[in-house]
Amino acid sequence: MTLALIALTPFLGALLPALMIRTGRNACAVTAGGVTLFALILLLVEAPAVWRGEVLLQRVDWMPGLGLNATFMLDGLGLFFAGLILGIGLLVILYARFYLDRDDPMGRFYSYLLLFQGAMVGIVLSDNVLMLLIFWELTSLSSFLLIGYWRHAPEGRQGARMALAVTGMGGLAMIGGMLILGDIAGSYDLSVILTKGEAIQASPLYLPALLLILLGCFTKSAQFPFHFWLPHAMAAPTPVSAYLHSATMVKAGIFLMARLWPALSGTPEWFYIVSTTGLVTMVIAAVIALFKDDLKALLAFSTVSHLGLITMLLGFGTPMAATAAVFHILNHATFKAALFMSAGIVDHAAHTRDIRRLGGLRRLMPATFWVATIAALSMAGAPLLNGFLSKEMMLEEAVHTPWLGLGWPIPLLATVGALFSAAYSFRLIGHVFLGPQRDDYPAAPHDPGPGLLAAPALLVAGVVAIGLAPAMVAGGLVNLVADAVTGGAAEPVKLKIWHGLTLALAMSAVALVGGYLLLARYADAVARWRRAGVFAAKPVFDALIALLAALAERGTSALHAGTLPRALGALCVALLAMGFAGWGEGALAGSRETLTPPLIALAPWALLIGTCLAAARMHHDRLMMVLLTSVVGLVVSLGFVYLSAPDLALTQISVEVVTTVLMLLALNFLPKDSPDETGPMLRTAQAGLALVAGLGAAALSYAVMTRDGPTISEFHVAQSYPGGGGTNVVNVILVDFRGFDTFGEIIVLAIAALGIYALLDGALRGPSLGRVISWVPDQERSKDRHPMMLVVATRFLLPVSLVVGLFILLRGHNQPGGGFIAGLVVAIALVMQYVASGYAWTAQRRPMDHHGMIGLGVLVAGLTGAGAWLADRPFLTSAYGYVTLPPLEKFELATAMAFDLGVFLTVVGAVLLALENLSRVARFAEQPGPDEPMDVDPSAEPRTAQEKG
Amino acid sequence: MELLVATAIGALTASGVYLILRLRSFPVVIGTAMLSYAVNTFLFATGRLAVNQPPILGASAAGVVDPIPQALVLTAIVISFGMTALIVMLMLRAYLETSDDAVNLDPEDRP
Repeated sequence: MTLALIALTPFLGALLPALMIRTGRNACAVTAGGVTLFALILLLVEAPAVWRGEVLLQRVDWMPGLGLNATFMLDGLGLFFAGLILGIGLLVILYARFYLDRDDPMGRFYSYLLLFQGAMVGIVLSDNVLMLLIFWELTSLSSFLLIGYWRHAPEGRQGARMALAVTGMGGLAMIGGMLILGDIAGSYDLSVILTKGEAIQASPLYLPALLLILLGCFTKSAQFPFHFWLPHAMAAPTPVSAYLHSATMVKAGIFLMARLWPALSGTPEWFYIVSTTGLVTMVIAAVIALFKDDLKALLAFSTVSHLGLITMLLGFGTPMAATAAVFHILNHATFKAALFMSAGIVDHAAHTRDIRRLGGLRRLMPATFWVATIAALSMAGAPLLNGFLSKEMMLEEAVHTPWLGLGWPIPLLATVGALFSAAYSFRLIGHVFLGPQRDDYPAAPHDPGPGLLAAPALLVAGVVAIGLAPAMVAGGLVNLVADAVTGGAAEPVKLKIWHGLTLALAMSAVALVGGYLLLARYADAVARWRRAGVFAAKPVFDALIALLAALAERGTSALHAGTLPRALGALCVALLAMGFAGWGEGALAGSRETLTPPLIALAPWALLIGTCLAAARMHHDRLMMVLLTSVVGLVVSLGFVYLSAPDLALTQISVEVVTTVLMLLALNFLPKDSPDETGPMLRTAQAGLALVAGLGAAALSYAVMTRDGPTISEFHVAQSYPGGGGTNVVNVILVDFRGFDTFGEIIVLAIAALGIYALLDGALRGPSLGRVISWVPDQERSKDRHPMMLVVATRFLLPVSLVVGLFILLRGHNQPGGGFIAGLVVAIALVMQYVASGYAWTAQRRPMDHHGMIGLGVLVAGLTGAGAWLADRPFLTSAYGYVTLPPLEKFELATAMAFDLGVFLTVVGAVLLALENLSRVARFAEQPGPDEPMDVDPSAEPRTAQEKG
Repeated sequence: MELLVATAIGALTASGVYLILRLRSFPVVIGTAMLSYAVNTFLFATGRLAVNQPPILGASAAGVVDPIPQALVLTAIVISFGMTALIVMLMLRAYLETSDDAVNLDPEDRP
């Protein structure tokens, strides 16, 4: 389980910093670092196997039928990225400990950071693309939290929202692309998809899948024209920028392109889309970066530019270019993270990141100067540093890559990009650290303590080490990863500093010298840049978002204008439109043989139609409405009886009784009639809509009933007795085949009952209580509150009804009945006691609290289900057997009966809780009368005779 | 028989739709109850109609009707009761709190 554990560790560990912050900032940082270190060690334990060329796979089946499994894979590419994420994560945690202010909530910061780290590790270790998508979205969400970490800063919030909108939109596109890809490959496992490259590229769906996936990658990796979110995300604290925007999140898109390289690359579509986008991004972002005055903005655009470079290399589609891309990913992560951290140090010390206000810091911050300068020289592509090596490889590949048959566009533009890259790197050194010292810094700049410097210094050590001895330090890793990216097509390269006098070397020299000359004439260049006028993406984005928000607002306020009929009418119209749109052609009636109704069936049918019409016409009279509803319920029950559904008929008729009692109790407090306030025109339109809806429903039902369709019921009917031990198939389905469903439903019922309790309990407080107490009955009350005939009859009937209920419960498995029906019958018997003998008398004698009964019911059902675990079976597997207890006949015992008992208890408890609380409210309102059900107590001693005697 | 059931479902739906478009809470609640009848009956009808073939093994020589829709509708009936009870209480409480049972906001409160 190591691979899964590596991905899960940061998620689990994310809880710790939030807790540990109580013991101090150091403990908090150490915990976060410890979690990361633990994951890193786990990764390193697996590394030797990967180094030997093995691909580690780990699989936990979840929903194999849907291809949705937790599968993890670790190969060279995964190892490389996971190592980068965890390794740089460790350095960022160290750096952030000293970077964050005392006022910043550090526990929250580290929790977010670990969440993000887990999501990133999840992406690079996922083998299943569906799982990868989930981690992908998690990175968008957690980076949103990190970018907006300084909640008080509006630019932080806006930047976070923009990043989420852009990368989230790309993520949605990618879900579509990945689903298509999995569909073509016949598997959602990357290890399978990667072997199906030819089939994927031959598919007609290749292009749509490619476009959607690339949309996801380009938005995430800030490729033109989606690059604009990254500079705005710089409102984040600098550790976040160093982590997310140099080494990890923006590399997720790159990672995915590298991951899918064997399956997708090599076609002209791939080449022209990916390499052109990369090239354009590289050049444009490098130009913009030169003219940015904010240190972090400069670095942000330079990151965009370098991501473009890597994208372009992957787009070339040759194994050698892929190797160069891998090498540059490593180099960029090292020098760019160091640069971001240095920028943070300068900001911390000088209280500004504005390059125009800096300069001459070399003597004031010598250590920072050296760290930043080496990293920036590497970014510029100066020899003996790692940036030089991968840039040489890039230029070498560019020379060999024609574009639309022309040899010059790519080398030329690549040189231009490199030139501007050198220029902005020199500007960073020259305009921040060199030059005369100033006396107007916002704060006195000074070198920070070792805590803040350690992380960038370590990274710069890596920059130099790779630059001086590339083959020894990074050669093995780069070849391993390139092998994984290309699926074994890459030849092992020997990384060298000196390749001889090549064209690439000349281009490199042109770029460095040109960059220096350009910076020498910087003032002139800025003036030209200003005159050219820059196209800014943010206003366009803001306008687009504002437009969408306005449209949504207009749509919402048109539909939800505070009037329910309009909202519901719109819903009906939409449903009808969809229904008729889906109708297509085809005849209304199918070929299934229809039943001939007996003549007598016309009577209830006519009654039902008439009732429906009457309900619409007479809706002013509310008591009449309750009556009409119960007529409908009775006719429907009759229909169930006739049409072979005895269980449904029993359920419907008992529900009908309970509903009617409930409605009458509620109506007691409500006005007895509804005024008609709808105008005649609108009313006619509504009637028309209702008519069309009715016709649609009738047509749909008729079309369904006159056709045969596939059904899965043969299995249930065949297995009902041998598998479930019952002959009432409906009941066996409820308690056995679909027992989980039923379990959920009784919980819903329980929650509804508790909701009712809460609603009514609240009615006895505040202004509502006043209204209840001062309420005057608007109907005449019977003088005999508890008619003796009714009291006596219901008490005689109670034991009989309880026995009937028990009988229905027990026989339910084999004959019509079961927990639902038995529960309703018993509930009605008890409700009748309330009706006849009054609330107080009955409430005193109820055997158990109704809340308790509901809880007990759910508990019994749940425990019965869990009991199957003891026999090593899944939840709710039922067992049954036959028992002989003399003098009884042999009878059946099934665990399903205990489950049905749970259903029974929940139903009784829910119904009684609802009705009893309603009558409790009513008791407050009515004139207080005697609590005894009868004014005379026949059970008392006949006093008169004895007293006389 | 199919035609009778289909028209009955249609009538229930039409009546329900008309009632949920009323301006007072009580008819709206009754309308949802009507729609529940319609939907439950429709679901039941997807098992196709049959006479004298209850889904009880051994009860009829002619075989049994599709039991699955019946099982689904059985729980649906109970859940619709729970839902109806909940909105009835909601309606009652709203009336007790505000002395008003109109479903629309007052014109001046509308967005």
